[in-house]
Amino acid sequence: MDPPNGMLWSLYANVLVQGVLTGLVYGLMALGLSVIFGVVRVVNFAHGEFAVVGMYAAFVLFRSFGIDPFVSMLPIAAVFFVIGYGLQRTLINPFVSRPEHEQFILLVGLAIIMVNGTLMIFGPDARSANLSYSFDSWEIGAIIVDKVRVYAATAALAVAALLFAFFRFTATGVAIRACADNLVGAAVVGLDVKKLYALTFGLGLACVGAAGALMVTLTDATPMIAPAFTLLAFTIVIIGGMGSMTGAIVGGLLIGIAEAMASVLIAPSMKTMASFGLLVLVLALRPQGLLGRRA
Amino acid sequence: MNPFATLARLVDEAPRRALLLLAAFVAVLLVAPVVLDRYLLSVFFLIFWFATVGQAWNIMMGFCGQLSLGHALYVGLGGYVGALFWVKFGISPAIAIVPAMLVAVAFGAVIGWLGFRFGIEGVYFALLTIAFAEVARIGFDNWSFVGGAAGFFIPVSSAASPVNLRGGPMLFYYVALAMMIIAFILCAALRRSRLGHAWLAVREDAEAARALGIDVFRAKMAAVVISAAMTAVAGVVYAFYQNNLFPSQTFDIARSIEMILAPIIGGLGTLFGPILGAFILTPLGQTLIALVEKIAGRAIPGVNLVFYGAALMVIIWFTPNGVWPWLKKKLGIPEGRE
Repeated sequence: MDPPNGMLWSLYANVLVQGVLTGLVYGLMALGLSVIFGVVRVVNFAHGEFAVVGMYAAFVLFRSFGIDPFVSMLPIAAVFFVIGYGLQRTLINPFVSRPEHEQFILLVGLAIIMVNGTLMIFGPDARSANLSYSFDSWEIGAIIVDKVRVYAATAALAVAALLFAFFRFTATGVAIRACADNLVGAAVVGLDVKKLYALTFGLGLACVGAAGALMVTLTDATPMIAPAFTLLAFTIVIIGGMGSMTGAIVGGLLIGIAEAMASVLIAPSMKTMASFGLLVLVLALRPQGLLGRRA
Repeated sequence: MNPFATLARLVDEAPRRALLLLAAFVAVLLVAPVVLDRYLLSVFFLIFWFATVGQAWNIMMGFCGQLSLGHALYVGLGGYVGALFWVKFGISPAIAIVPAMLVAVAFGAVIGWLGFRFGIEGVYFALLTIAFAEVARIGFDNWSFVGGAAGFFIPVSSAASPVNLRGGPMLFYYVALAMMIIAFILCAALRRSRLGHAWLAVREDAEAARALGIDVFRAKMAAVVISAAMTAVAGVVYAFYQNNLFPSQTFDIARSIEMILAPIIGGLGTLFGPILGAFILTPLGQTLIALVEKIAGRAIPGVNLVFYGAALMVIIWFTPNGVWPWLKKKLGIPEGRE
């Protein structure tokens, strides 16, 4: 192999690794949206806004108290769980049986308040966490890996694994899956559907809160990125298959790789184009998503 | 269909009292600029403008039940086409609204075809519309012919020229008022037409509509295309009002959402809803901006949007059909009548 070609391949490999690592964090964010949709059947249009609030929470905890985002993601996820539980109990539950566009308008209202509230408090400037180890990296042969990206991806994978285990091995998790599969049946055997819905919404927000804390280690926080995150999570979930947990992670990986490849091979601004191209393709060829079931 | 005959029939069908009220309302708006200052003229321009685009969006969502969250796309396309024709070729916006509409129609047709052919519905369709607006934003950001991210500017000329949309706030007040009235009449006529009834049938139950022999695909396509064309005209006017176009603002999803507030709050699928919603929301938002600036001593961006968000949540919680149906009852207008 001649040198220029070799360099090209190492570039591809670097981009691929970076895409996979970022994609896992994207996947965790989308996992929250997918779990909520799969069980409660409500599309959380304020999802990206929650991610941004998570980012700012991690940012403030780091700047004011020196708590590393990889530590603060746990309390942030816990608080987000409580918020999600409360939201579902009060605001969203009455809308579960209402038409789709009414659910959507309720959540868009919430999203507008959240993004502009953040804007009023923190201003429009991008905030960077500036971790002491942001620029550390490992060299494995020709591949250079950012340490912070590896930490973030590992943490995202760990949280996702916990959630999978919860749904697989705990009685509550199985009960929630029963609600998703057959709502009437679940109610007939005496499951407290309202409580399970609230738990699910809480878990979904815990995912996005943790993902937000991880995201702040990778990119700057700004209120205006929120709608883009909502779109990103939505795109990933549609590509992976609405309501499929594995689909969310797979979709996150695909989008992470596609974005990284497009920004290096075409132009950084083409990042979003790549994911939308993928979205249109999936919508046209396999509308139920890669791992989704036909409704 | 003869537009004048339709108009005559509309006038004929309307209750006398409502007609008198409507005429008085228009008359007041026609003479109002005598007492309005520059600032208030600009507020009224925004009211009329949001009422117009709200009316256009309402055709898709309110009449036909197709949720679009990317209407900023058509505003932006209309605005860029109008501005390009004027700045690059010296062609008047009065003529350029035709290509502006055509370009918007072409994009609307592609989105509609993709969505409706492949059975993409509800939130999925909404996402598709957002995706196209985003793609347009990135495209225009990187297209140097139209100024890219640095924006495209329409030179301000001192000589007033109403046909070319060059003039002060007074001119734009009347242009936007005319737009709002035409949009209203158009929507009233469409709603009573065969197509309008097909839309309502599709909105209520697409399967049943198909069973009745309605071409559902064509009805939906017609809604997208007409809505896109109307929005593009409003886009041309807005570009000449602002004298500048930035892709990051023009195609922003926040703009798309701002456009759908008035019809939702006023009343989805009604004729007066978008107008009522714009008359309620825009002044409240503007007052809030001014008030906060006075109290805080500086402008705090986002204040009016927080209020809009809260308004959306309150309205959808208590009266999901909007304010107009409630007001209609108060005014004693019988059911089934506008």
